[in-house]
Amino acid sequence: MKHFGGPAVFIDRDDINTDEIIPARYLTEITKKALQPHLLEDLHLEDQTFDPHSPQMEQARSLVTRSNFGCGSSREHAVWALEVNDINLVIGQSFARIFRQNMFNCGILAVELAPADLDALFALEGEVSIEVDLGQERITATPAGGQAVNCSFTLNPFDKQLVEAGGWLSYADQNY
Amino acid sequence: MGQTITEKIFAAHRRDTPTPGNMILDLDVIMCHEITTPIAIMDLVEKGMDRVCDPSKIKAVIDHVTPAKDSKTATQAKIMRDWAARHQIKDFFDIGRNGVCHALFPEKGFIRPGYTVIMGDSHTCTHGAFGAFAAGVGTTDLEVGILKGVCAFRTPQSLKVELKGSLRQGVVAKDIILAIIRELTVNGATDMVIEFGGPVVEAMNMASRMTLCNMAVEAGATSGVCLPDETTARYLWPFIQDDYPTLEAAVSDFAKWHSDPDAEYARTLTLDVSELLPQVTFGYRPDNVKAITELAGSRIDQVYIGSCTNGRIEDIREAAAILDGRMVAPGVRGILTPATPAIYSQALEEGLIKIFMDSGFCVLNPTCGACLGMSSGVLAEGEVCASTTNRNFNGRMGKGGMVHLMSPASAAAAAVTGVITDPRELLS
Ligand code: SF4
Repeated sequence: MKHFGGPAVFIDRDDINTDEIIPARYLTEITKKALQPHLLEDLHLEDQTFDPHSPQMEQARSLVTRSNFGCGSSREHAVWALEVNDINLVIGQSFARIFRQNMFNCGILAVELAPADLDALFALEGEVSIEVDLGQERITATPAGGQAVNCSFTLNPFDKQLVEAGGWLSYADQNY
Repeated sequence: MGQTITEKIFAAHRRDTPTPGNMILDLDVIMCHEITTPIAIMDLVEKGMDRVCDPSKIKAVIDHVTPAKDSKTATQAKIMRDWAARHQIKDFFDIGRNGVCHALFPEKGFIRPGYTVIMGDSHTCTHGAFGAFAAGVGTTDLEVGILKGVCAFRTPQSLKVELKGSLRQGVVAKDIILAIIRELTVNGATDMVIEFGGPVVEAMNMASRMTLCNMAVEAGATSGVCLPDETTARYLWPFIQDDYPTLEAAVSDFAKWHSDPDAEYARTLTLDVSELLPQVTFGYRPDNVKAITELAGSRIDQVYIGSCTNGRIEDIREAAAILDGRMVAPGVRGILTPATPAIYSQALEEGLIKIFMDSGFCVLNPTCGACLGMSSGVLAEGEVCASTTNRNFNGRMGKGGMVHLMSPASAAAAAVTGVITDPRELLS
């Protein structure tokens, strides 16, 4: 199976919508690869500037955010924009339904954590790398030179099957 | 224990239950537009799976950017067009006959009570107004829908919104749904279907019910739904008259989908609409909602009347009532986009287009256009639009632009005064 996670980028905001993840002006693209430079291009953070092309973003293999991530438009382009930037794990308190389903449909992970666990992740300092043990439903977040934090999560059993099958298209093709 | 309408529709369409709490549903209608479908088509072609489960279940339209604005959008349209021809998709709507999907498909009678409907578009929830389960999905779900005629859902809970009282003059369905979203917040209905009921909904026409259901997703809901009744049957009558001996027979058949009195709801929200004022959004979240009186006087640059939320004939009439004999304020750009060709023709026939044009509005062909900031009225940095659409996200109508969501009457009032205005001040 696929390897999930790696260096993390932290975005401390609720309700990040899919227009922010990938603006509509790029919806005219007909290849996923073309979305690559535009991930989170319109992200608006109140008290800090966000640079979608920072070295942290370039290195990121996982994304940690707050609640209701991926709300708004159904565009799967938001998931593809993550995928083509090699991000296959998003961790948050909650997700919008369509975005969450799009992640699992593509065979990648949207992991929901309890608020206290999420706070513990946000409290980590320096560069953090996150690994997933899908079988144990556990993540391990390790800050460079610091103490690792472990958190457990629960995956919807069907979503887990989708990830194991490599996404909904191959699952459906085998079963229906 | 009784069942909700959604539980009844799920039970009637169950293909499989892969794990408890997840169901694979057989689909009645799979709707496609040119933004989310071409990548699905290309992917199926690439995988050697370029098939459709049943061409008669597929309804396709080019609506988001039409006529094409550049080579890329022209290519998207061409992929759709070629695919529709290749698979003999009869219900394909191209230039001259195309309009905003969630206004066009109901008008064609494609959606019936008890149906299951998906589309690669988050506002697919609009069609719940007909007593269907209609949900927005991503491209992979759409792909599987096209190929296999099925879609997977977590069995949603239902949230009941009971609307009582009587609306003041100048207060409409858009104001109600904005007030509901403020109450529920942007994720208050995640993984739930919002069932709209009560005397106010029973008295509403289909256009208003569609406006309510359209914005259910703005509260995170999987869909919105209204119980199908005589109003539904009358709207659908031209399409169902061969299926039922009488209108009454259709109405009583539709009633089989009604939620049972002892059905269970995750939450019930009761709202008396009698005191409700016209509403407006501020900021960049659809649950940032205030009474319009609190924002009155704020400057706008553009007014946009259209979209799947409020681009129907009823909406155009409401706006025209304000614009009649008045002019768009200097420095303000007014844009009207009737949602479908039939609506456009009707508005012409009723003299409404003339009212808009005389007031200084620009009248566009049916398209999504500026609603999602892709064409036909994109905002510049720092500009503000009074809009009848459904999303006020930062940059939605153009990078750095801001959108205030409101009713058609409120938008028309803003056009005339150049600032956010309580439309009741301009109603005679
Ligand atoms: S009018 Fe706007 S919200 Fe409706 S389908 Fe078109 S882009 Fe989406």
